[in-house]
Amino acid sequence: MLRVLFFARLREQLGCESLELASEPGIDSLAALRAALSERGPVWKEALADANLLAAVNQSLAEPGTPLVSGDEVAFFPPVTGG
Amino acid sequence: MRVQEAAFSPDQLQRSLPAAGAVVTFTGNVRDVGAGGAVDALQLEHYAGMTEHSLQAIAEEAAARWVLTAAHVVHRVGRLDAGEAIVWVGVCAAHRAEAFAACEFIMDALKTRAPFWKKEHGPQGARWVDARASDVARAQRWQLTRTGDANGSPGG
Repeated sequence: MLRVLFFARLREQLGCESLELASEPGIDSLAALRAALSERGPVWKEALADANLLAAVNQSLAEPGTPLVSGDEVAFFPPVTGG
Repeated sequence: MRVQEAAFSPDQLQRSLPAAGAVVTFTGNVRDVGAGGAVDALQLEHYAGMTEHSLQAIAEEAAARWVLTAAHVVHRVGRLDAGEAIVWVGVCAAHRAEAFAACEFIMDALKTRAPFWKKEHGPQGARWVDARASDVARAQRWQLTRTGDANGSPGG
């Protein structure tokens, strides 16, 4: 099981704050998860195609190649704008 | 490190810092104008949990890079009116060079790494604030310099 969170503009575009995905053998990296989520529909494909999006695995910024295992918390979000 | 909805007083926070030879503080306030026009208020969203870890990691990096006696960050979330303080950084060190550099480093890192997002509310409606390339450039300067080079301050 993977828990996936979306924030800010991306959350609004997707109309989704969080979801849980059953672990599948093919979804073993951040890039693979992103590709799988893009298949959920045209809105998902377009929103997740944004090259500026950032991602975190277990609350640390992560790269496309970051491996995923069951129980991980993954988040996708736009570039941050705090301060 | 504190992430809170409640307003804070920069004066009160400064008084809470330990005595030190050099004290540098930074307060960021909500501007009344943004890229989309007049701003009445901001809505600050964050990734609870990661935000606190991220601020803690940034402060620890600062403490590893400069000799500091304190490094505190307070950041608000939720709804803030124009003019209200949104972020406060307080750094204490024996000498000013370390305190100035660490305070600037913490803000530059926070701006590009801590998971906060601003949404501006004004007469024209609401819009998400876009990240700025200049903030990324400022943060990258710190990767080019290490402690020992001109007090660890960014060159150029």
